[in-house]
Amino acid sequence: MSTPALVVGKRPRGDKVRGTLFYVLLLVSVSIGFVLLGTLVVDVIRKGVGYVDPVLFTEPTSTNPERAGAGPAILGTIYMMLLLLAVVVPLGVGTAIYLEEYANRERWYNRLLELNIQNLAAVPSIVYGILGLAFLVRGLGLGRVLLAGALILTLLVLPTVIVASREAIRAVPDSIRQGAYALGATQWQVVSRQVLPASIPGIATGSILALARAIGETAPLLLVGALTYVAVNPTLLGSFTALPVQIYQWVARPQEEFRLLAAAGIIVLLAILLTMNAFAIWLRNRYQKRW
Amino acid sequence: MPDMENAPAPVTIAGVRDRRVAERQQAEPPVHRDVLFDVDGLTASYSGVPALRDVSLEIYKNHITAFIGPSGCGKSTFIRCFNRMNDLIPTALVEGTIRYHGLDLYGPEVDSVEVRKRIGMVFQKPNPFPKSIYDNVAFGPRVLGWKDGLDDRVEQALRQAALWDEVKNRLKASAYSLSGGQQQRLCIARCLAVQPDVLLMDEPASALDPISTTAIEDLMHGLKEAYTIVIVTHNMQQAARVADMTAFFSVEVDEESDRRTGILVEYDETPTIFTNPGDKRTEDYVTGRFG
Repeated sequence: MSTPALVVGKRPRGDKVRGTLFYVLLLVSVSIGFVLLGTLVVDVIRKGVGYVDPVLFTEPTSTNPERAGAGPAILGTIYMMLLLLAVVVPLGVGTAIYLEEYANRERWYNRLLELNIQNLAAVPSIVYGILGLAFLVRGLGLGRVLLAGALILTLLVLPTVIVASREAIRAVPDSIRQGAYALGATQWQVVSRQVLPASIPGIATGSILALARAIGETAPLLLVGALTYVAVNPTLLGSFTALPVQIYQWVARPQEEFRLLAAAGIIVLLAILLTMNAFAIWLRNRYQKRW
Repeated sequence: MPDMENAPAPVTIAGVRDRRVAERQQAEPPVHRDVLFDVDGLTASYSGVPALRDVSLEIYKNHITAFIGPSGCGKSTFIRCFNRMNDLIPTALVEGTIRYHGLDLYGPEVDSVEVRKRIGMVFQKPNPFPKSIYDNVAFGPRVLGWKDGLDDRVEQALRQAALWDEVKNRLKASAYSLSGGQQQRLCIARCLAVQPDVLLMDEPASALDPISTTAIEDLMHGLKEAYTIVIVTHNMQQAARVADMTAFFSVEVDEESDRRTGILVEYDETPTIFTNPGDKRTEDYVTGRFG
């Protein structure tokens, strides 16, 4: 008896069970993360929404939870993010351009530089805080000021911005560089008029995501001297606090009302974060290039 | 002859003998030609491995010169020597001389950027910049700092490239909205906008459909009046249709090291190369017995 060339039959039962099992496992892993995050968000909103009022945005913190707000903390965070953006984008993009367009990979110092940047991205933020304390606050004698906080957050997210910018620059096809060179453009003209404009969406997306990381950082700020009680609006070279630091301080308070206030602070922080991420996604989709 | 106007590309071969024979006999070449490029003993290597060895030939002004040959014969490497595009590859080394109007292109006082302003290049795959049609053509003049009459320059270049009528109403549209053939003509227009002396074309039609290919070839015939054109093509019919002079390159395999090096086998007037080649290898190639 000869066997037919092709048998279309049922899959073995074992295969089907294994497939289903795997699918269920995947669902479980997805739902764990989703449920945890959902619970957290719902819990925070339920507790804190009553405290999201004008007082929260304008008043400084106080021993009386009814009159306590996060005005200086929100302003401190905004100032720091603006400063950070102003410093980290030129530094990060500059480094990325050097590494991608100018650096000769045969040279040992360029490879060392690259290795360093990759490792820096993995250094815990508290270590940056210690660096800030030793180098900025004490070494340079800046003191426990907003500028020191902004600079240390800059250092913290600089590797992220560099890596994102390098990827954006590398994604620009070589044929575009060649086309520009062939028209008699100098390297500077090729980079500034072709490569950089073409990679701006990627750079912007990476920078916003880096900013989103910096905005939630607490530990390094505590080390460089973000105070938990600041009654006046921050200045560049004055004492300061930031939203996550304020939340941290409120949570540590024994009274229940402060916990609710902390929840309100978290809502504000989450809203800022999600808005920034949404903007980054919009930017990415809007300017997605098909070469 | 009454039908003279309808005759295709009037390549006069009557009375023209083999160039080498002419040289041997110390006779004047029967057709007057101005030498634009004088290549002498050119060897191009990547990482110390020669890709093309000891090429010597002359390129004539207002002629179309075609480089043909099988894959890996170094014809693309060769054409990139003329505008020093190989300089962009760190491991590339060009030895020997290319004299352009008598000036050694690889001489110490020659700047590669200046070379590329005079000698334009069109690439195998259309590589428009991710900008508008207008900005693509205007890029070259802007790089050179020609700010006056930019609109006129753009229009003139697009007219020369036979693209103006198709795009005049949508100059602000993205260059990526054009078809492949239009994109390639845009790239030609982009080159013409900087008013070069020479147009190097590296397989300009290999990524295009037959109709677009015909359009590019017709264009080349027209441009010959004002420019010197060098074209690399793997398409022998194309070389036969457009070129006045044809150089056949081949691959030489070293038995011991198995290294493949491109060499110039034969260089002559196109009809001679295709109908009466002096070398057996050329004959095998053009008759389709090899490659």
